[in-house]
Order: sequence, then C-alpha cells, then structure tokens
Amino acid sequence: MLTAILTGFLFSIFLVFTGKFFKGKLSILASLIPLGLFVYFFQFIPAIAGGEVIMRSYEWIPSFNVDLGFKLDGLSLLFSLMITGIGFLVFAYTSSYLKGHEYLDRFYGYLASFMGAMLGLVLSDNMITLFVFWELTSITSFFLIGFNNTNPASRKSALTALGITGIGGLFLLAGALLLNNMTGTYSISEMLSMSEAIRENEFYFLAVIFIFGAAFTKSAQFPFHFWLPGAMKAPTPVSTYLHSATMVKAGIYLLMRFTPVLGGENIWNTTLIVVGGITMVYSAIHTIFRTDLKGILAYSTISALGILVFLTGLGTQEAFLAAAVFIIVHAFYKATLFLVTGIIDHQTHTRDVTRLSGLNKIMLPVGIAGILAAISSAGIPPTIGFVGKELTYEASLHYESLVIFLMIAIVVTKILLLYAGFVAGIKPFTGKLPEELSNTKKPGFVLWAPPLLLAILGIVFGIAPFIIEAPLIKPVVEAMGADASNIHLALWHGFNTVFILSLITIGVGTALYFIIKPSKGLENGIARFDFIAPENILTKFNKIFMSISNFWTNFFQNGYLRNYISIIILFLVVLVGYIMIGSTRFTIDYNSLSKITVYEITTTLILIAGIFYTVFTDSRLAAVAAMGVVGLSICLIFVFYSAPDLAMTQFSIDTLTVILFVLVLYKLPKYLKLSDYKTRLRDGILSTIFGLIITTLALEVLSEPVSKEVGDFYAANSYIEAHGKNVVNVILVDFRGVDTLMEISVLSIAAVGVFGLMKLRLKMKDRRRYADTGQNTENNKN
Amino acid sequence: MEILLAVMVGILYGTGIYMMLRRSMVKLIIGIILLGNGANLLIFLLGRITKGAPPIIPGDAKVFTEAFADPVPQALILTAIVISFGLQSFAIVLVKRAHTVVRTDDLDEMNATDEDS
Repeated sequence: MLTAILTGFLFSIFLVFTGKFFKGKLSILASLIPLGLFVYFFQFIPAIAGGEVIMRSYEWIPSFNVDLGFKLDGLSLLFSLMITGIGFLVFAYTSSYLKGHEYLDRFYGYLASFMGAMLGLVLSDNMITLFVFWELTSITSFFLIGFNNTNPASRKSALTALGITGIGGLFLLAGALLLNNMTGTYSISEMLSMSEAIRENEFYFLAVIFIFGAAFTKSAQFPFHFWLPGAMKAPTPVSTYLHSATMVKAGIYLLMRFTPVLGGENIWNTTLIVVGGITMVYSAIHTIFRTDLKGILAYSTISALGILVFLTGLGTQEAFLAAAVFIIVHAFYKATLFLVTGIIDHQTHTRDVTRLSGLNKIMLPVGIAGILAAISSAGIPPTIGFVGKELTYEASLHYESLVIFLMIAIVVTKILLLYAGFVAGIKPFTGKLPEELSNTKKPGFVLWAPPLLLAILGIVFGIAPFIIEAPLIKPVVEAMGADASNIHLALWHGFNTVFILSLITIGVGTALYFIIKPSKGLENGIARFDFIAPENILTKFNKIFMSISNFWTNFFQNGYLRNYISIIILFLVVLVGYIMIGSTRFTIDYNSLSKITVYEITTTLILIAGIFYTVFTDSRLAAVAAMGVVGLSICLIFVFYSAPDLAMTQFSIDTLTVILFVLVLYKLPKYLKLSDYKTRLRDGILSTIFGLIITTLALEVLSEPVSKEVGDFYAANSYIEAHGKNVVNVILVDFRGVDTLMEISVLSIAAVGVFGLMKLRLKMKDRRRYADTGQNTENNKN
Repeated sequence: MEILLAVMVGILYGTGIYMMLRRSMVKLIIGIILLGNGANLLIFLLGRITKGAPPIIPGDAKVFTEAFADPVPQALILTAIVISFGLQSFAIVLVKRAHTVVRTDDLDEMNATDEDS
C-alpha cells in the first residue's frame, strides 16, 4: 500500500530526469500510472464489500508514537477509486489538452505528486501522517493552481489557496495533538473505540473546532470558500481533478472519517448543518450571477460541498447513504462538466456562456456528454443524480427537527444547481451556432472520450444503482459508523412526498433556465456587494497585518548596529537584573579569597587607568597604545595567578593586535565623537548598569562551591595517558586536539579573509566613482 | 583580590559595551577587544584563581602532589584569546577597507546594503 501511495511521488522524481521524453507523443503513457493504481485498488473491492478492513503499518518514529499506518476501508476505497479513476481520465485528457506545452512534463510531475498526496491522505490511519499528506496536497495544489505562472492573477489565486488550506492544515495538526493528548494515540482506528471518552472530555469542544477548521478551509465552506473560485485560474484538467474528486473532497473525507469518533453530539451536527446549509444556498445563488463557465462550475462545486457537509451533519443512516451516493454523483457529473468546459475553452478560446451556443453541430460527442452530465446534476431520471437527489430529500425530510427550513434550503439549492448544470452543460450545445464560432475545429478523441465515458457511467449507475450499492456504498456507510444492512438503492422509490419535491425541483429549475439568461449585467450587479464578501474582508485584514509586521520589523531591524546592541543589552539588564534583585545574597567568605599584595594593586590600577584612557582619549594612537597597556596588565594578572601559558599567549596576541592596528592606523577613519551629550549619557548609564550586573554575577558565582572534577581528570591522566607535563597544553593538543584543529581552520579562514581584504583592488571605474562622490549615496549606473 | 578582579571584569564589560554603542568604527573595534578581554578574565576568575601553582607536573613526578590551578578554564581562555585575535584582525582590516571604499566612518551612514538608499 505504501508503494501505491509513493508511486505518484516516484513518478514525478522519475520525470525530473526523463521529462523531455514525456513532453511529446509519449505523454499519454503517463496515464498508465493512475490506471495501474486504479486496478490495484479495484481488486480490493470484494474484500472490502465483505466487511474486511485492511490495515498496514510501517514503523516511522516509534518514540513519538508516529508510524506510517494505513487503513483501507469502505470510505478510503471509495476515495482512492475516485482519485485514481478520475485521475486516469484527467491524465489522458491532459496529454491532448496541453499538447506541446513547454512544461508538460512538469505538469505531470505536479499532478502525479498531488495524486500520491491525496491517496496518502485518504489512506492514512495515523493522524500525523494524515497531516503530512494533507499539507502535501495543499503544496502540490499550489503548484497546480499557479501553473500558468506568468499570469499574476494565477499566482495570486495559488497563494490564496495555499494560505487558506495551509491554515486549515495547522488546525488539523492542532487537532491531532489535542486528540493524542486526550487518547494517547494518533491512530484514528484506536480513537474509534474511545469515542465515548473523547466526547466526555473537557477539550472535546476544542477538538471539534480544530477538525472543523481543517475541513471547512479545505472543502471551501463559507466563509472560507473564496479560494475555490480563484483556483479556477488553473488549467482545466487541474480544476477537474481538484474540484470534482480530490482536493476539496478531502475536507468532506475528514468529516466523514471523524463522524464515528467525534460525531453524534449536538455541537457537531448543528454546526455542520448550519455551515453546510449556508454554504450550499449562498453559493448556489451565486451561480446565477456568473457568465464564465468555470465560475459557474466553481460556485456549484462549493454548493455541492455544502450539501455534503449538510448531509454529514444530519448524522442519520439515511443521510450518510445520501452523502455517499452524492459524492459519486458529484464526482461524475462535475468532472464531466469541467472536462466539457475545458474542451470548449480549448477549441473556441472562450468560456463566456453568453457567447456560446449551438456547439453540438461541431462536437456532438462532447455535447452528449455535457447534456447527460447536466441531466445528472439536475437529478432527472434515469441518472445516478436522480438517485442521489431522492436520497438527499429523504434524509432531510426525516430529520428530527426544523424539517421545513431544511427542506426549503435543500430544495432551493437543488433548483439553483439544476439551473447551473443546465447553463454549463446544455446552453453551449443548443440553439444557433454563432457566426464567430462557425470555424471551430473538432476536438480529438482523447479530449472527448473521458467526459463521455463519465457521463455514460452516470446513466448506467442510475439505471442499475445496485452495481455500486454493495461494493461501494454500503462499506462507506459502515465506515461512518452506521448500520448498512438494510440499504437498498433503487431508481424508482414510489410516488411519495420526495417524488413530488423532485418534480417541483425539476419544473421550477427548468423554468428558471428559460427565464434567467446569464448576462454581464447580472454579474456586475453582484460585484457591488463585493465589499462585504469574506475575501475582501480578509484582504483588508491582511493589509493591516502586513503594516503592523512592517512597523514591528522596522522598529527592531532598523539598520543601526548600536540599536541592536542597546536592545540586547537592555533586555539582558532587565531580565537578569530582575532575577538578581530577588535572589542576590551578597555573602562573601572573605577567608577564601586570595591575599592582595602591592603588585596586584599596582597592576589593577594601571589596568583601570588604561581602560578609561582608551575610552576617553581623543587620539587614535593613544587609544591603541592604552589598549596595549590593558592587554599587558591582563597578561600580568595571568602571571600572578599561575597561568603562564595564558600570559604568553596574551602577550604575543596583544602585541600583534597593536602592531596590526598601528600598521593600518593612518588608513583608518578619524577618532570622532559623533554622538551628542545626551546619547553618551544614556549609553553610559546602560553600560554602567551592565558592568555592575556582570560584577555582581561574578561575585555571586564565586560564593558557590566549585567542582574541579574535569580538571582533576586531565591532571591525573595528563602524563600517564598523553605523556605531557604541561596540562593546559596537553588538553589543547591531545585531549581536545580536534577542537584545536578546528580553531586553526577558523584562524586560517580569518587569515585568508584578511589577506583578501588587504590585497583586494577595486576596479578603477568603481574606485573613481567612490572617490568622486565621497558618500555611498550616489547613483547606481554602471 | 577576587572582588577587585570582579570589579575589573565589570569595568571591562561596561566600557566595552559603551564603546560598541558609539558611531565611530574604530571605537566599535576597541569595544569588541575590551569586551573580549573582559570575557577572558571572567572565565579565569570563575574558574577560581590560585596563586603560584601552575598546572605543570613537576619534573620527576607523574601526577600532581601539591595543589594546582585548574587547567580547564586556562585551556578555554587560551582558545578564546586566539580566536578573538582572528576576529579582531579581520574586523580591523574590514573597517579599513570599508573606510577606503565608502569614505565614511559613521556607522549610521552604513546601514543600508543598497547604494541608492
């Protein structure tokens, strides 16, 4: 199973090296990958239909309880088959749709990785793996949506989609961690058995919010829906794949997967019904105001996702059944409509529905596919869409409360979706062929075959719904935690309330199709309300956020070195000072201190004088000389306190520094006093406090006992192990020899740097430029 | 003596930071050197100071027979002195080069990477 998931990723790595062979005629071969995977998953149908659940687990990070756990049950199987099945058609279709595209190989790479991520998502049983694949789908879809990367709108949509779904991913991670905290496991199957405990946990509410946050952003629920219409900037095969069967269904999958774990509580059901309800009605209304075919399909997709969330929220066995069927229904007709739209776009170079009509004279097979899909989306018998709609109505009608509101919402949505389906699937193919489209070319077989196949399957499953009942639908309902034994799918349900509602829907919807004509006027009308659209509110929020972070960054990163130092020191002073005020004891055992003799006092005085002279003198030379004095005094201190090696090193280094300084002294800038009195006073106070804190800290540490264990070890082994009597030297060249080697390397690098800087000759042009202006603010022409 | 040394460490740190806060580039380097000396002395002090007992095993012995100064801080400081020399020399040359190129010694005028800002 792991191999199946990784195939997509491996294929895209493979494409990196062999891409140029797949750009040409061979590109259709790429579709063998999803086809092979489809066959692989297809063979699991009998086992899953028989009630089996296939688990595979590979160890990954056992210390964190994270393994690559995969689970194939009805729900995963349905999604896997859709991902690979529709994937196959999309892969094949792309080879013709993007024929000769410069980056076709890259496109296949993205598509294959996306497919792999999607498969991983629906098969993961471990929540961390689920999260990883979830984010992978966001990232790969980012590349797919932004595939036309020369178009700024396309890049912006890709970023929006990544932003929204990425945030959702973080919700999922939070949910995973919280649920792990509650149950002690990341495995969803194990959580299943602890459902009761989870629901009684005080953090149940929070866990539900996290899961909702993830699902609603991914599945484009109101008010996070706006990334989806934007994602239509992608090439049509991408829209088909992402929005009919995969990406946006991931949120639905998550909700369905967690229904048996978290579901059943009031908060779960009510939220889903309300959010799903708002989404489905809101975006169904939006479809009226669109003239771009893909825009219409985008909003009808959001609406369909709303219906799925709504059905999941109803939480009854009937609703689960309806949801399972509707997923298939939607995948079939929406993929078909997208593919048909793609063909129209490809052949006529327009997607404006007001300009399209009569195309069946040119592309009859496409027209058949479009009309069949429209009928299926309308829920007219004998399509699978009819079965799905009947089940949806039945589930809503049998809900325990507020049935009238639910029914109004769902019927209105269905009427509008019927309208949208007709506009997208029927309008372009009926009526008179306009003059401007009369010389449109016929699409090739590879283009029209996939949508037609899907459309025909939609009819076949509608006439004989029992084909999918036992192998696909029942296991899904069972996976969602409901009893599936008495499920019986049929085209004809008898003459009852639901059927009357269906008739009303079809009648009103068809009438609507003939009354409302899509027009630019309607589209501009709705644009006036854009300022309250969630997208714009978010954009404004983003701008405020950007300006705050800009201000914040500029405040701290203002380019003045001394500000950085000041801030660091200030924080250190405040934080360390705060701790020390409470805990300093000021107890010094005077007996333990070493005695002071006249040599030490003299040295100290010279040292202090040297330091202050360095600071306050106006002459560079004097400052450097005084610094030499400071260094030599420290050297003397090392001599007094038994550190001859240090004294020697300090002596030579100090001398070298002074020599180096003097060598370049006259090429150095003047020793100016640039700051005013106030700044110097402020810095002086800060440095004084800092010095005081260091002194106090040192005294505090001195009053603590010291361990000489390490020193004793080296002393004891210095001669015996390393045959050296000077312990400091032995440590440096023997015990810690590699450290010293590194140190030498660092010094060599510094030496190379010094040498380079000394010898570097600027080009004459640059030199003159700098010399002329005398500032670094001249123009930039060279 | 420890108290005196602690005070000196404080002075070195304080003046080092004060010099680093100045706008002149030469003062910045001097600040770094003072701070480096302060840090070395601090480590030396905190490793406890011992008078007249260097960590060198006497002529014919194989191990120490008397008290000796802790060699570990000394080894650390020795490394630190050498490394800070690398840093200092590089900084000195860098400042010199920067000065010849941009003709300013005010750090505040060098706070942009782009020439035209």
